[in-house]
Amino acid sequence: MRIGVVTFPGTLDDRDALRAVRLAGADPVALWHGEDDLQDVEAIVLPGGFSYGDYLRAGAISRFAPVMDKVVDAAKGGMPVLGICNGFQILCETHLLPGAMIKNAHRAFLCRDQPLTVENNRTAWTTGYETGQVIRIPLKNQDGQYVADERTLAELEAEGRIVFRYAAGATHGPAGFESNPNGSRHDIAGITNAEGNVVGLMPHPEHAVEAGFGPDQPGEGTRSGTDGLAMFTSVLRSMVG
Amino acid sequence: MPRVVVHVMPKPEILDPQGKAVAAALPRLGFEGIASVRQGKRFELEVEGEVTDEVLASLREAAETLLSNPVIEDVVAIEVDSAEGAA
Repeated sequence: MRIGVVTFPGTLDDRDALRAVRLAGADPVALWHGEDDLQDVEAIVLPGGFSYGDYLRAGAISRFAPVMDKVVDAAKGGMPVLGICNGFQILCETHLLPGAMIKNAHRAFLCRDQPLTVENNRTAWTTGYETGQVIRIPLKNQDGQYVADERTLAELEAEGRIVFRYAAGATHGPAGFESNPNGSRHDIAGITNAEGNVVGLMPHPEHAVEAGFGPDQPGEGTRSGTDGLAMFTSVLRSMVG
Repeated sequence: MPRVVVHVMPKPEILDPQGKAVAAALPRLGFEGIASVRQGKRFELEVEGEVTDEVLASLREAAETLLSNPVIEDVVAIEVDSAEGAA
């Protein structure tokens, strides 16, 4: 199975995302923002970083890249699309996902290993988890505060479209942000569209896919965390199944 | 060249972390009596040719699709710069 990873100017985590795809057992395909060719991929990852330097708003300019028309069409046709961090911001700017990200409520850049509760394991990217399972993957951003109006939040809650919520147990962080790292409404770390094929989240599963290079797992060992890998194996399973 | 100025502000119900940071810094510099600050954006668009109603309508569309995100921001004003006659 071919999984594409799109690189925009200023993308940082495309290499790690390609590596995660490979470790999950799929064929990684590098896609370029300036080309409107998806190269016959069957799923797409929009990775993290600071595309266009976050100029204007995070993700606002990348949204209009030539490749994005194809990504939006494919997503509307049911293709699994995962947006990580800046990729999540781009998915919100395209309105494939509702809401938007603003600056962290404490205004600082925050980088830490973040526990998340899996709230929905029926999406294309989360079938490998149990509902209620707590996973730990890295979080690193400046504009990570998820906001949406009350109606949208109520809809997301009612339809079970909140996929990940921030949970307690992070190693450090500003006072008042021990559990929710940035002030996101309803502790939202990740959401999905109504069909469950498009998922966006702020934390980084692609940095937690190989023992020795992942986050610390308290009680288990340093850098041993691989909780992110199931996101990439889930999509393989959902395509084969 | 005539200039059109677009003002974008965070929606009133959206917390504005940057404005809060500025508000917190003002008293430290001795500027007292400022109850709150909200920080927005000002875009200056130089237009080729005359600013007709049609041009303004298309700029409004640009303001609402690219220059602002309607989920978190409002386009609060679009004005034709009055200084253009001097150019």
